[in-house]
Amino acid sequence: MDLKDKLLSSFLVFENQADVDTYVHDVRNDAIKIFEEKGFPSKKEEAWKYTSLNKILKEDYSVFPKQENALEYRDVKKYFIHDIDTYKIVFIDGKYSSHLSQTTHDGLDVCLMSAALSKPKYRLIIENYFNKAATKDSLPSLNTAFSNEGAYIQIPKNKLVQKPIQIIHLSTGNESATMLQPRNLIVVGENSHVQIIERHQSLTDNPVLTNSVTEIFANKRAIIDYYKVQNDNSNASLIDNTFIKQKRESVASVHTFAFGGKLIRNNLNFYQEGERIDSILKGVTIIGDKQHVDHNTLVHHIEPNCESHQDYKGIFGENSTGVFNGKIIVEKEAQKTNAFQANNNILISDKATINTKPQLEIFADDVKCSHGCTIGQLDESALFYMQSRGIPEKEAKALLMYAFSNNVLSSVKIPEIKQRITKIIANKLGVNIGFDL
Amino acid sequence: MLKIDDLHASVEDKAILRGINLEVKPGEVHAIMGPNGSGKSTLASVIAGKEEYEVTKGSIVFEGEDIDELAAEERAHKGVFLSFQYPVEIPGVSVTNFIKTAINETRKAKGLDDMPAKDMLKLIREKSELLEIDRKFLSRSLNEGFSGGEKKRNEIFQMAMLEPKLAILDETDSGLDIDALRIVANGVNKLKSKDNAVVVITHYQRLLDYIVPDFVHVLYNGRIVKSGGKELAHELEEKGYDWIKEEVNA
Repeated sequence: MDLKDKLLSSFLVFENQADVDTYVHDVRNDAIKIFEEKGFPSKKEEAWKYTSLNKILKEDYSVFPKQENALEYRDVKKYFIHDIDTYKIVFIDGKYSSHLSQTTHDGLDVCLMSAALSKPKYRLIIENYFNKAATKDSLPSLNTAFSNEGAYIQIPKNKLVQKPIQIIHLSTGNESATMLQPRNLIVVGENSHVQIIERHQSLTDNPVLTNSVTEIFANKRAIIDYYKVQNDNSNASLIDNTFIKQKRESVASVHTFAFGGKLIRNNLNFYQEGERIDSILKGVTIIGDKQHVDHNTLVHHIEPNCESHQDYKGIFGENSTGVFNGKIIVEKEAQKTNAFQANNNILISDKATINTKPQLEIFADDVKCSHGCTIGQLDESALFYMQSRGIPEKEAKALLMYAFSNNVLSSVKIPEIKQRITKIIANKLGVNIGFDL
Repeated sequence: MLKIDDLHASVEDKAILRGINLEVKPGEVHAIMGPNGSGKSTLASVIAGKEEYEVTKGSIVFEGEDIDELAAEERAHKGVFLSFQYPVEIPGVSVTNFIKTAINETRKAKGLDDMPAKDMLKLIREKSELLEIDRKFLSRSLNEGFSGGEKKRNEIFQMAMLEPKLAILDETDSGLDIDALRIVANGVNKLKSKDNAVVVITHYQRLLDYIVPDFVHVLYNGRIVKSGGKELAHELEEKGYDWIKEEVNA
């Protein structure tokens, strides 16, 4: 039985056991129909032209984790940002780990999706927001059909959330192959500010496929800084579907650091539903081996006087492949839009590949849109210059690559995250230098 | 200190150096002059270890050791420094952090620990004052958007920080106004000692008014065709290179 059939038959069991209200039942039932009709995306679809899921869909994934697994904090501490105080929502094999988490209901809700989906007091929010940003594409629909667990974050208005929130998914590999479908809902009230860190980490070499959906709603003047750390091992694949709806004068930024995993596909979508909105999409990708990272972004400018800033840097070694597909739509009403997009890539191996494609659809006549993509190699003359000053080749290369990514890193607002990312980069490049640039 | 013997080098199978002999002893200043395309910059790059240049014959011995086969950074660790004619811009890496990395990597190669931050700062302050470099300048990206004079001053600043045994200054005077030339020359002179040596590569004599050479060599067609004292530089300034070419071709 292939994965699609397995999922379709599992759905019946899943849905019969579910303890949620009719609204959610209906949404799930509609979603599974969409998935049944569309199936997994193939390379025939324009949006999936350069990314094939065939190989990763061949595994015999268990769709529901059979048992609850426990982990000790000290064994997984390194996957947390642990040098600052944070809220934590931690899942082990898709199940909530209260032991590793630190949630709250004190002035804001940092808790579980399963609670929000089943408890009456959240019903209004769920009906207003759940599945209201996610598209009806096949993979988000598949996630919606099975949506049951994930992070639920609700910030009331005028709240500056002092501690960053970490959403961490760990998989133990107790099953031979695991499919996970976390579902996050984040609603940020007027004038509120929150910082969120998301990480998926597999602890063994057993294959893991995560099809994640995160819906984020930024109300008037809200500020959201979201950091995705993707540094998983070489048998873990991630399809990340993130949808952000922004209201007037809100600022939302997403930094995606893609350093590891077998296949990563980031579908990152911004919808600007008000004036004077700023959307910021930044990313650093450093991969090697046979890894594949695909950034598929959409910024939908619907209202006038808004901005968007995209800056993605990629460094590709060995046989790795990268894709950047950046779509900007400027509606007719969205006059005075400022939309910037940059995608710069360095290929450090003859066998590495990058496909980069800006896609601009502009229907307004008074807008400023710029885009640029570059593909190059490390500058040999810069390398010789550095070596002649005593910096060995490997370190010189690392320094150049770090400097290349520095534009993106410098906009990270949490110093501990920046340090962590810097360490991961040094580690990845096999050098022991501080990069204290 | 440096002994170059019958050095032949080529790039992409094109012979550029065709038998260079040169000996530099501690405490000496040598000037290498010559018309465009004579191989001056190639000689500098070959000594510093640029990989594109292939040594086809002869040897470069530094402090008693054949360095032909060493990587550029290994030569740097032994005390060879090349001041570039065209210093490379490196966006995203500040002057301070570049030099810090260079010093600590050199120390690492010698089995030493990183220089304590306090000492590093003190050294940076000292040497930047010597080259009359503004503090703000040090936090800028290396060479990015620097004027010609700033780039060259920055080269000599790095030289002052690294304290090499042998400094090769490749056309350090090009693109410098007279004030910058004086600052750069002054910096080089202050760093001179009986234990180190300087090779000045230049097209013109004017830098040699400030950095006075013990020996002047004329490079032409990949060979040193004439050597003499500092008065040779004046003669070249006056008469140009044509008489040398005629002498050689005769």
